[in-house]
Amino acid sequence: MAKRTGHIGAACAVALAICGPAALAAPLGLPPVPIPADNPQTPEKIKLGDRLFHDKRFSSTGQVACANCHKAELVFTDGLKVSQGIHGLKGTRNAPTVVNAAYMKTLFWDGREPDLEGQSQQPFVNPVEMGLKDHRPILKIVRTDPAYAAAFQRVFGKSGEEITMTEVAQAIASFERTLVSGDSPFDRYYYGGDRHAMTPAQIRGLEVFVNQGRCVSCHTIEQTQALFTDNRFHNIGIGFKRIRGKENRLAEQFITAKRGGANVDVTVLTSKDMSEMGRFAVTENLTQIGAFKTPTLRNVARTAPYMHDGSLKTLKEVVDFYNNGGRLRESDPVDDFQSGGIRPLNLSKRQKADLVAFLEALTSPQYVKRVPGPAASRKPAAH
Amino acid sequence: MKKPINRRDFLKRGGALLAAGALPMSLVEIAYGKDSKEQGFTFAYISDSHITHVRGKEFVRNWDRGLIQAVAEANLLTPRPDFIMYGGDIAQLGKREEIDHGLEILSGLRGKARYVMGEHDYYLDLGKYWRSKLGRDHYSFDHKGVHFIVLNSILTYDEWTYHRWPSAAERMHQMARLDNPHGSPFMVGDAQREWLRKELEKVSVDTPLVVFSHSPLQKIYKGWNFWTDDAEQVQALLKPFKKVTVLYGHVHQIQYNQIGNISFHSAMATAWPWPYPQSFSQAPSHLPKLTVPMDRADPFFERDGTGWQFINLHTGHVDAHYLLPDNQNRVVAYDAALGHPVDTVFQAEDRRIPPQTHY
Repeated sequence: MAKRTGHIGAACAVALAICGPAALAAPLGLPPVPIPADNPQTPEKIKLGDRLFHDKRFSSTGQVACANCHKAELVFTDGLKVSQGIHGLKGTRNAPTVVNAAYMKTLFWDGREPDLEGQSQQPFVNPVEMGLKDHRPILKIVRTDPAYAAAFQRVFGKSGEEITMTEVAQAIASFERTLVSGDSPFDRYYYGGDRHAMTPAQIRGLEVFVNQGRCVSCHTIEQTQALFTDNRFHNIGIGFKRIRGKENRLAEQFITAKRGGANVDVTVLTSKDMSEMGRFAVTENLTQIGAFKTPTLRNVARTAPYMHDGSLKTLKEVVDFYNNGGRLRESDPVDDFQSGGIRPLNLSKRQKADLVAFLEALTSPQYVKRVPGPAASRKPAAH
Repeated sequence: MKKPINRRDFLKRGGALLAAGALPMSLVEIAYGKDSKEQGFTFAYISDSHITHVRGKEFVRNWDRGLIQAVAEANLLTPRPDFIMYGGDIAQLGKREEIDHGLEILSGLRGKARYVMGEHDYYLDLGKYWRSKLGRDHYSFDHKGVHFIVLNSILTYDEWTYHRWPSAAERMHQMARLDNPHGSPFMVGDAQREWLRKELEKVSVDTPLVVFSHSPLQKIYKGWNFWTDDAEQVQALLKPFKKVTVLYGHVHQIQYNQIGNISFHSAMATAWPWPYPQSFSQAPSHLPKLTVPMDRADPFFERDGTGWQFINLHTGHVDAHYLLPDNQNRVVAYDAALGHPVDTVFQAEDRRIPPQTHY
């Protein structure tokens, strides 16, 4: 049986060779973090990004930072059904975790940004998130605040007007690329050779996950790593009820609005109906109506509630939903755009319980500590 | 070597390249002579659903879902297509349950649907139930200056059809197999070719012709019946016409070809994809030159390599817009300068979709 440390050591060696000295070593079960050539990691840049990520001044009310919806103590989610921005305004989608987002091939539930640099610039100027009219107030702060000015000079060799949103976004993205977590009981069992890392129920649950449960079709596990996402978009049937029968009108309205210059980012977060169009809003591809990105399952036991609309409160509800073939109740209709890969699974009570147990084995050591109270009902901290 | 994706590419991929699946259709350039009698129009073209009965009320879910999705998407096209063409093989083994179930799903289409006979619809009861539901298996109609012809191109020798098999079910099973040494080549047959000859006598050679068949009216690969035995004779009847397009199903993959004056376009299947066949060397074949390979279908993605298409008909020629789930949509259009269809986006060597090498 291989020793765990041996594996981690090997991962570090690989990571360092590929990513250079600034990259974090990949934890057990994960590949090296992909770092864009034009935005190498440096300790100073990461520190700057961390500060930007937590700065509430980058919102119209001075009360909302990135960290409002991506709280470290909740695995960088917010525990809410859908996120709350300025003045308690609600968006249409559940805040995905930032942890391991560095591995995502596209960002946002509908993949409308290709990288963290692009993603991080959007919430500032979304009317229901941080509410700025444009990015100018942010630039004003980072150019004039002495601590920021000194940091941007050190990190990018730039000052005053030379500092743009590009540098701001690069720093935030660099910080986010440090938020990686593997080394869960599953990783130690599957990749580390520790047969006792998972409980018997979790081991049975893994078997359900890859076989009868068909979860692995989208939440991938590979020979040397497991991202638990295929980076694709699927219509699994969640939330579509809302727009059933309205697809035609909505698709037309959306395209017309987009041609007229409407902003996709704003539209999907301010209109509940449009939000349910999913990936279609980005690609205008009819085959992607109601399709959303497969999220990672790492730390999933700590990131309730679930699905793009936060409509499922517990992992048990999620398992039941899939077991019914992408329906809350077996009597619910199936939407016409639902992926053919979603089908009733006929799992027994015990298989469902084992599957939930397995999902609980995907929590990394640094996120094991539970926050008191059920996450789904936690109120956001008052400002 | 795949270039890393840059932002501009990313945004473009999210727009222009996908115009095929986009609405409204004003993005599709419809250009035809001002003094021409022809008007541009579109129709949807769905094919090869292979609805498969399991037992009782159970059907293979994945094939159901493929057809359901195609119907739902076709209903979203704006402006509405003038009609919907179904390219054959509603059923898998010609059973009434399968034809009924398929037609029930297809009844959700907004607009008039017309049908082509496929061998899977035919060889159980020789098309009796299909005809009772859908009428004739070969016919013609005119639409906005274009003459459409529908052929039943999946017939074969009488001896094979009527005198060889102990049961209808056995006959169906034999015809449903690939690489079957006991199989028999498809043909349009003497009677239908005579009907076609008379039919074409009434049509001016200047009128654009569109011919629908299930099997390709060309010889591609005999072992899978990507083949019509009397293809040359059918092609000869079409030769006098200035603009001829053949649209066929059966092959479950994108093919396009030009033989003389005739452009050929295939339809994707809503059920499953077939790989590209190797050229068949036992007989002369017109294997279309494979220039833009499709990705190998991803076994983890149940809709990969399937799809449906809408056809934009203008200047008497066809642009076939392929809607491919979770893939880059393709438009294969007739290029007047070159005189044959081209893959508008991926024809050039450096634009092709790199085939997947690893999952």
